[in-house]
Amino acid sequence: MVHFSRDGWPLPTPTPITAPYFDGLRERRLVLQRCPRDGYFFYPRGRCPNCLGDDWEWGKLSGRGTVYSFTVDRAGHDPALSSRIPFAIALVDLEEGPRLVGNVVDCDVADIAVGMAVEAAYEDVDDATLLGFRPTG
Amino acid sequence: MGKTAAAIAGLTEWAPKRVWDEPMFTMEACARLAAEVLADAEVDKGEVDGLVINGLRESPLFAPSALAEFLGVRSNFNEVVDLGGATPAGMVWRAAAAIEVGICETVLVFTPSVPAPPQPGANGGPMKMKMGAYMGGEVWGSPQGQFEIPAGLVAATPSFAMAASRYMAEYGVSEETLAKVAVDSRYNAQANPKAVFYGKPITIDDVMTSRYVADPLKLLEIVMPCYGGSAVLVTTAERAARCPHRPVFVSGYGEHLTHKSITYAPDIVDTPIRLAADRAFAMAGVSRDAVDMASMYDCYTITVLLTIEDAGFCPKGQGGRFIDEHSLRYDGDWPLNTHGGQLGMGQAGLGGGMSHITEAVRQVQGRAGERQVPDCNIAYANGTGGMLAEQVALVLEGA
Repeated sequence: MVHFSRDGWPLPTPTPITAPYFDGLRERRLVLQRCPRDGYFFYPRGRCPNCLGDDWEWGKLSGRGTVYSFTVDRAGHDPALSSRIPFAIALVDLEEGPRLVGNVVDCDVADIAVGMAVEAAYEDVDDATLLGFRPTG
Repeated sequence: MGKTAAAIAGLTEWAPKRVWDEPMFTMEACARLAAEVLADAEVDKGEVDGLVINGLRESPLFAPSALAEFLGVRSNFNEVVDLGGATPAGMVWRAAAAIEVGICETVLVFTPSVPAPPQPGANGGPMKMKMGAYMGGEVWGSPQGQFEIPAGLVAATPSFAMAASRYMAEYGVSEETLAKVAVDSRYNAQANPKAVFYGKPITIDDVMTSRYVADPLKLLEIVMPCYGGSAVLVTTAERAARCPHRPVFVSGYGEHLTHKSITYAPDIVDTPIRLAADRAFAMAGVSRDAVDMASMYDCYTITVLLTIEDAGFCPKGQGGRFIDEHSLRYDGDWPLNTHGGQLGMGQAGLGGGMSHITEAVRQVQGRAGERQVPDCNIAYANGTGGMLAEQVALVLEGA
């Protein structure tokens, strides 16, 4: 479910199972669930997507990873975000394993490349905190 | 020859149009398509005992029964298929399988996509426009609404663009090679008067100088959304043999999916097409070399590249070379999407995905006119749904 910021951007509406993840972002921590058998997974859910076990625990990740792939939206596929174009969307492989999605911030879209090292960046928008990534160092 | 229990015996297809002058309810569209496809196959409506649809705007629940009532059909097989662009291919094998197991004999498969008559007092507005791009991800509890949508990963183009971006980094393919897919498709569309781009050929340079929509995909590598509609009739081999056109057996099929959002694709450049196609070819007992024409879902140029590779027509990573070395034109050495594909003909909703099947059937039936591939007996057709997610592969063989 989404709700909309004062600027009309779509924002996540946390659910009971995802709330700890979004609480973490607000506190500048990236936390994901970790299954004792299968490792970290994303997005939050009640059972591990590999073994369907429910004995996972929340764990804190480094936030460091590499760009698996990315694109630059130049058309505003979401009309609500047309004021942001061009903006970069990336799939990032975290060093602990899971793949997350987020915007690449604090750099020119022309400088983004597959394989680029990035770290978590946090952006507060109204009542939400969005996870993004910025080039490392 | 693989499965020979069920055959496609008739088809109808409306020319895709960007503006549709004659709004109609989905049920009305289905009725018109039914009349046309029954006439094409010379089958009486009373013989129809199966209906396959994606849904009905006028009856979101109980859709098959609403359509049976509307058409006056007493139906034994009633199916709603929800596989995005792979829906039409998924519909066709389900119809064939249902006929093979003996639950029904003659199935109408519908893919209408026309605007409804304006609703009094209804106001679409900006919110409706947003929700279209969200593809159901806006509902309470949807992971997509919490992770992909706030990142702007909506609609389809950015996801396919990320597949292209990754492919370029991992295997390497030039933007010019991808552009050739669009150019060859547009060439084929010049032999299809129903194509939205009939009379409008393009060059590599046209594609290369069109604007970036989502890097590295450019405007002319992306389908044009249209209105339209189509239907096919699938029946028993025995009944099809008494129809006027050459029966086209659904001799092999496969289906595979792993994810909704591209974020969770196990590997975005090694797609579910592989397993779907492997199963289809194994079931048909046909080698890739035996295929006379291919009809591959082409929402974007990159989709065709990945499909050529993952359906097994060349080794992984060699798709670019394959495209460079072959003419994909109807009069070329490797005829692909001879109707122009969706890139050339337009994407009439699910009718866009169905166009790959109707064209393959036309070619095998020998009624493709100016763009007929000589001696065409075996076609490969597939559908790609969602974000390189749902995959359905079909091997179609003439009787």
